[in-house]
This record gives sequence, C-alpha cells and structure tokens, in this order.
Amino acid sequence: MSTATGSSPIRGGESAIVRWILISVALLFLIVFLVLPLASVFVEAFANGWQTYLDSIRDPDALSAIRLTLVASGIAVSLNLIFGLMAAWAISRFSFRGKNLLISLIDLPLAVSPVVSGLIFVLLFGLHGWFGGWLDDHNIRILFAVPGIVLATIFVTFPFVARELIPFMQAQGSDEEEAALVLGASAWKTFFSITLPNIRWSLLYGVILCSARAMGEFGAVSVVSGHIRGETNTLPLHVEILYNEYNFAAAFSVASLLSLVALVTLAAKKMIEDRAGIRGGQL
Amino acid sequence: MSIEVRNLCKQFGSFTAVDDISLQVGTGELLALLGPSGSGKTTLLRMIAGLESSDSGSILLNDEDATKHDPARRRVGFVFQHYALFRHMTIFENVAFGLRVQTRKVRLSKVQIRDKVSQLLSLVQLERLSDHYPNQLSGGQRQRVALARALAVEPKLLLLDEPFGALDAKVRKELRRWLRRLHDEIHIASVFVTHDQEEALEVADRVAVMNQGRLEQVGTPQEVYDNPASAFVYNFLGNVNLFHGRIDSGRARIGALELELPESVSGEDGPALGYARPYEMNVTRESKDSSAIQAIVRHVYGVGPIVKLELQRGDTGVLLEAELGRKQFAELDLKLGDVVYVSPRNLRVFAEDYSI
Repeated sequence: MSTATGSSPIRGGESAIVRWILISVALLFLIVFLVLPLASVFVEAFANGWQTYLDSIRDPDALSAIRLTLVASGIAVSLNLIFGLMAAWAISRFSFRGKNLLISLIDLPLAVSPVVSGLIFVLLFGLHGWFGGWLDDHNIRILFAVPGIVLATIFVTFPFVARELIPFMQAQGSDEEEAALVLGASAWKTFFSITLPNIRWSLLYGVILCSARAMGEFGAVSVVSGHIRGETNTLPLHVEILYNEYNFAAAFSVASLLSLVALVTLAAKKMIEDRAGIRGGQL
Repeated sequence: MSIEVRNLCKQFGSFTAVDDISLQVGTGELLALLGPSGSGKTTLLRMIAGLESSDSGSILLNDEDATKHDPARRRVGFVFQHYALFRHMTIFENVAFGLRVQTRKVRLSKVQIRDKVSQLLSLVQLERLSDHYPNQLSGGQRQRVALARALAVEPKLLLLDEPFGALDAKVRKELRRWLRRLHDEIHIASVFVTHDQEEALEVADRVAVMNQGRLEQVGTPQEVYDNPASAFVYNFLGNVNLFHGRIDSGRARIGALELELPESVSGEDGPALGYARPYEMNVTRESKDSSAIQAIVRHVYGVGPIVKLELQRGDTGVLLEAELGRKQFAELDLKLGDVVYVSPRNLRVFAEDYSI
C-alpha cells in the first residue's frame, strides 16, 4: 500500500526537465539492455522464415532437449516444493539450534557459481569421486545421465521456494494454525485448510521462479551433462551446441522458446502479485 | 467446569516465564491474570490451553489431569490477542470451522451447523456480516467473531489473551461490559489476560497479579486493591507516591511520621518504603503540623471533576502527585509556583526489598 507521498502533485525541488531526463535515461537503459536483446532473439529466430523456425524446433535432438528440460525441471521443482515447504515450516515455526546456519545454507546455491555446483556432483559421483567406484560396481549411472542433470538442477534451484516462503510465513505467524488446533482440527486438517490457503500465492510465486530457473540453468547442468545429443542435452545446452556449429537460425529458434518461458514467467508473476494484492496478503 | 494449576513451571532457555504457579478457577468464575508485559501471564494462559508445554507441574481441567493432553482434547475456547481469524474464510466459515472439523461420529449435520452458527452470530450481533471476510470488519467486530468462533465448540472453559488490547478506549469499555454479561449467561470458567489494571478490577470476579513469572497475589478486586500483598501489587494497581523511611523497633518512621507496622511486614529493623495514592494526599496552604512536607506546584491538570497536581518536594526535589476535588482546588486557589504543604492521609508501609 502506498502512503500519501505517491499521489501528491507538489514534491520537493526537481523541475520538469530533470524529471524527463531521468525518465529518458532509465528508458534508454531498459531498451538497450533488455528490450533490444530480447527482440533480437525473435528477429534472428525468424530470419530464415517460419519453415526454418519450425524445422529447428521439430528436429529430433531439439525435441529430446525439450523433453529432458521438462522432465528435469518437473522433478526438481516438485522436490524443491516439498523441501522448500518443509524448510520454511521448520524455520518459521520452531526455534532450534543452528536455525541461522540453516537459513544461510539455503542461500548457498545462490552464492556459489553454477559451474562449482556442477563440479560438486562430479566430485561425488564421478568415476574417481567419493561414490564413483561403488556406483560403477552396481552399474548405476548418475553423471552424464539424467539423474545427474536432475540433481544439479535441484541443487541450483533449491533456494527459490524456501526463500519466498520463509519471510512470508514468519510475518504471518502461527496464530491461525494454533486457533485451528484449539478448535479441534488435526495437524493435517490444519495444514490443508489453514496453512496452505494462506501461503498459496507465495508458494506459487516461488514455484514459478523455481521453474524458470530450472529450465534455464546452464552452468551446473553443462558440467554434469556430458553433452550427448538426443540424450543428455537440455534446452540451454542445445542452444549452445547449435550456436557453436554456426547454425544461428536454429540456435535462436530454440532460444526463443526459453525467452518465451521468461516472458510467461514474468506475466504469471505479475498476475500473482495483483491477485495476492487484492486478497490483502503481501508477497 | 473448573481449572486447577499446580506448581506449574516453564523456562525459555535461561528465562523463567512461569515460576511455580498454583491457581484455581471455579465454574462460573471470571479470573483476570494481571501483570506487566513479560510477567508470564500469556505463557500461563497458553499452557492451560495446551499451546505451550510445561516443564513441571500439572494442569487439572474439571479434576482430570490434562497436563499431557493436546489442545483439541482439552476443549477450551481460546481468543487470541490479535483474534487470529482465518483470513481466507468468511465470518460464517470462521465460526463454523470448529464444528466442521469434528470427527464424523459427533459432527452436526450441515443444517444443524448452519443454525448453530447463525445463533452464535446473533448472540454477538453480527448476523448480517456472515459472508464478509475478516479484513472487512472493524477491530471490535473481529473480536466478537473470535469469541463466537471459540464458543461454537461449546468449550468447557474460555481463555482470552488481552481481549481488548487492540481496541480504542470507547469500544473497549463497551466490549468488556458485554463480555461480563456474556460470561454470566453461559456460565463457564473464564480466564483473561490483561495488563490494564482498570480492566481487571472492573470485569473480573478475582484478580491474579503476576510479576516475573510468579503470582504476587490472588483475590477479589476489592481485596487486591485495598490490601495489596506486596509493594509491587500496590504499585501496579494505580499511581503512587513513594516515601523513604526506616523500620525501627517495630514502628515505621517516614519523615516526621511514625506509624504502626501492618501485619504483612516483618518487624525487622531496616529501610522501609511508604506508599500513598494521589487521592490520599492532604494539600494545604499553611503548615499545620511538623510532619507536612513543603512542596512547590509544578503542574496542574484540570480536565474533569478531579484536578491533578504535580508537586515538587522542597527537601529532596522528588515529584509527588496529588488529586483534589474541583471544589477543594478552587478553595485553595493554587497557581503554578505556589508553595504548599502536603502530607499523606494514608501511608502503606513495605520493607524495602522491591525496586521499581
């Protein structure tokens, strides 16, 4: 909610010229660094016409990359939804030793370079890694296979749901849940009829950010994927391969899909913010 | 339905929130837990409801040990300080919640629930708001919804945490009289927490004064006000003027005054404190006897039937408060800077072991 300052026509000092200059600079910056690059993706994608665009996307390798991206992000987001919810619950509802450490740890994937995140898994599951020998003996493939990609994606996107929920649940407090318990509701009933409806917009917001990041992740996945065409290539990796082969039209066609994901995310985010605003909850 | 609390203790880390408290509340009784913030009164209330576990001691509800029972099994009605209404549900759904979550065996039918909720909403005079959401209601209305919701499950006892704390003065007064009437109608044991001594003294049958996790005194409003068991209770129940003195061979000497010791004070020699309420102060223009204290009028607050004076002692510079009737004030014809002589009409003596 904005206070009175927003609508007041008379404000301190700045003249119309200063205001216009500031707005123009901001707009120019936005156009050069955001709008132009985004537009160029679509322009390049359609440079050789619709047919090339569709062919690049219908290519078996591209389709397999789309499938893998959806599977990996689907698993990662569902797991992070559950873990994020549990972490946020624990942090906002209980006080325990090491709580601050846990909060910092949740942020770790955001602070670490994605390449390092990928290397962690190579170190763990690579042939010369901690569990590599055992996995090889039992014929289980994690690195350069789908499980590795899923693990790397989970790691990189772990903070999104939890970080969205923690401040929200902390601000909301546990009064309503306690009220439900005193009124005789079971713990499950309380969670599904009180907690979940209260945090649903926050949760959805976290899930959407998490999905966008999961689908777009490049660095960590690149390290563990092995770049096997048609098998372990996700969309961002497929874009890179096409680009390195000077197949620009195809590269931009596939990239345009990722850009679309970003635009849809943005729209969904805006919609949720509006809905949540109407309902009186804040994000 | 009665509540009995025996030797209840609760620590939060190194902080003792509730320290060996024993207390009884009988059926039909309205008890106020009165104390400053941090005195443990809310913790005690939450322990009775089962929202907080106890470290030791026991809680008996209707002579049955409920110390280990979860909140649902205790069948208490709890009204939270900030009402804790379910924000995504209408007023109707809020009140119906407790009825709807009951196990199938005892749950009422849909029609019965609807009837019961409307009955409760008419009891709290909110029938026409039944399909509104909590954020569309005023504080007083939310408070009444919270009460209706708590009463819907026919609790055996009602617990209220600072029930009027967040309301403005006028609504507050109305609501607390209304609560008193409601309590008398439904005839269950009720406990409410407050830090407002006026509220406690006006509404409750008995008042339990708490300080630093301990019970200082339990009694009727008249008892605790007229015969405070400790300097803390005396201080907490109203404005006071403080006089330093000594206990000397079984008598208290405060300034030039010499007083008999009350029974509650042990007669050992040592420093003593004398307290007098502002309305127990004599104010005169002339010094009648040697015990009166010379003071200067520093402030006059004259709104309403009582005139409040702020006086500065000539000897120690300490400020004293006095309250006079308007007529008496007019007769004295006091102005700022005038010199007056004050003496306490009624001085209550405590041994000096308590500091504000």
